[in-house]
Amino acid sequence: MNNIIVYLEIEDGVVRDISLELLTKGRALAQQLGCKLEAVAIGYQLDNIAKQVFPYGVDKLYVCDDKRFIPYTTLPHASVLINLFKQEKPQIALLGATTIGRDLAPRVSSALFSGLTADCTALEIGDYEDKKAGKVYKNLLYQIRPAFGGNIVATIVNPECRPQMATVREGVMKKEIYDSKHTGEIHKLQVAKYVSDKDFVIEVLERNIEKSKINLKSAPVIVSGGYGVGSAENFKLLYELAEALGGEVGASRAAVDAGFAEHERQIGQTGTTVRPKLYIACGISGQIQHIAGMQESAMVISINSDPNAPINKIADYVITGTIEEVVPKMIKYYKKNTK
Amino acid sequence: MSFNIVVLAKQVPDTRNVGKDAMKADGTVNRAALPAIFNPEDLNALEQALRLKSKFEGSTVKVLTMGPVRAAEILRESLYRGADEGYLLSGREFAGSDTLATSYALTCAIRKFDKVDIILCGRQAIDGDTAQVGPQVAEKMGFPQITYAEDILEVTENSITVKRRLERGVEIVKGPLPILITVNGTAAPCRPRNAKLTMKYKHAATPSEKQEMGADYTDLYDTHPYLNLTEWGANDIEHDPRWLGLNGSPTKVKKIENIVFTVKESKRLTANDADIDSLMKELINNHTLG
Repeated sequence: MNNIIVYLEIEDGVVRDISLELLTKGRALAQQLGCKLEAVAIGYQLDNIAKQVFPYGVDKLYVCDDKRFIPYTTLPHASVLINLFKQEKPQIALLGATTIGRDLAPRVSSALFSGLTADCTALEIGDYEDKKAGKVYKNLLYQIRPAFGGNIVATIVNPECRPQMATVREGVMKKEIYDSKHTGEIHKLQVAKYVSDKDFVIEVLERNIEKSKINLKSAPVIVSGGYGVGSAENFKLLYELAEALGGEVGASRAAVDAGFAEHERQIGQTGTTVRPKLYIACGISGQIQHIAGMQESAMVISINSDPNAPINKIADYVITGTIEEVVPKMIKYYKKNTK
Repeated sequence: MSFNIVVLAKQVPDTRNVGKDAMKADGTVNRAALPAIFNPEDLNALEQALRLKSKFEGSTVKVLTMGPVRAAEILRESLYRGADEGYLLSGREFAGSDTLATSYALTCAIRKFDKVDIILCGRQAIDGDTAQVGPQVAEKMGFPQITYAEDILEVTENSITVKRRLERGVEIVKGPLPILITVNGTAAPCRPRNAKLTMKYKHAATPSEKQEMGADYTDLYDTHPYLNLTEWGANDIEHDPRWLGLNGSPTKVKKIENIVFTVKESKRLTANDADIDSLMKELINNHTLG
């Protein structure tokens, strides 16, 4: 009772990174609160899930296994969570801010009348004083999220309602094994007790999901382009540099909106958060919402024709110049001086 | 075959074009400095509604928004583009609503409509980016939901087929009516204003706006009933006061801060060969590269 529950996203029998990141965070929060970390797997043929998640510190895994749970549709998954949460009364529930999590979490929160905070960038435990009511709440979940296009950051709490629900974007939290020998309890849920046949009203006629080819999160070097790159054509230079350096190409929201790069490459609060060894920002002005997604990079190089671009303030090296001029020189030197 | 369609829309500050004066010195948002616009994805939703209206004769499109008196601007905008009726939900009882209280208020308003077949709304609003109100309204109405819709492929008497745009692909799903659909920014853009409709509805106004205009205009609205935009306060909808506004909002804002980044001491380089070469050399030597 009153534990932390993480909803697991499962793709072809594999727990997605976002869920492992949430488990890592959930484990730390559970430690702080002195409660257990639980996870719920809803899907089909889930026998392999336990051994994937126990090393992340899961004490109890709920398994709801039925062929009809895949592919994902909202209502059956929502019903399992709603009924499980009513029964187990977790104090905190965490979901990924993915297409699935953002579809599922609000539905569940509405049914339970529990507060939900989307796209949190940090989760902490702390107290809250409601001065009007003269009440102090101990050990609430601080749900910290950017608001207003990323110009401010708000700390949200849910004093009265449980569970305190939050979604977190992929890559924002770090994924870390808690103890490779850690093991927990497996609790199989009786499907019929949690969902009704009426929940299966949406029929998936066709599904065409590509495996992700872009892996920004694990790239040691990211060459990222902004609106200042100017065109999709100029972006090719960035691909050349990334390929030479063994890295990946990222983009700012402005570049994605302008159609220079695909959405999956977007870095920032509404895209992916990255922490590479080296981040080369090309023609990126440095809107707050972009910087928030890359500020933990070990080293930042900014290439910009504007010597006063805001991003320069957080860069280790600032090269004042155009992409067309600078990038080919970098490629040339690197190719000549490495094997 | 015809459908009763409701579009949920929101007037939002244009956070995409945040200028230097968007934030006040104390770190709060200077709403006055930001233009108020029709939430972009709600326009995509309106377009889907208008397409259904043109395809199925006799269908109606009602646009519902919750907000201050000024939010009637987006209702007129909807009429200019082809919607049939505009509804504004407004009043101090709704102030301080989080997504849950907002979805509750909208649901109470939707229940006043005779029969609703399809509710359309944008995937999310650009001021909060939460994407919560759509699914929460669906839950409260007891409707199934289809999120991230890019196109409505087929509608029959009792079913709808929708193409969804997901992170890494597309999905085609079929669901029963009534249903709520949230529409993605990748869907077709909204048609422009129609000149004739813009002339026709130029003076459309809510009761609050008419009051501001004074008595001179009373005749106009008596003789042209279609110019009356409906405005509902909390008293006009059947509701439980515990679920509205601040009371009905389980989430509370503990604090709001400006984002401050640690400023680094940066090394300034030019684009000449010597500078670039020495930088690359350093990166290779300290194993940042290779």
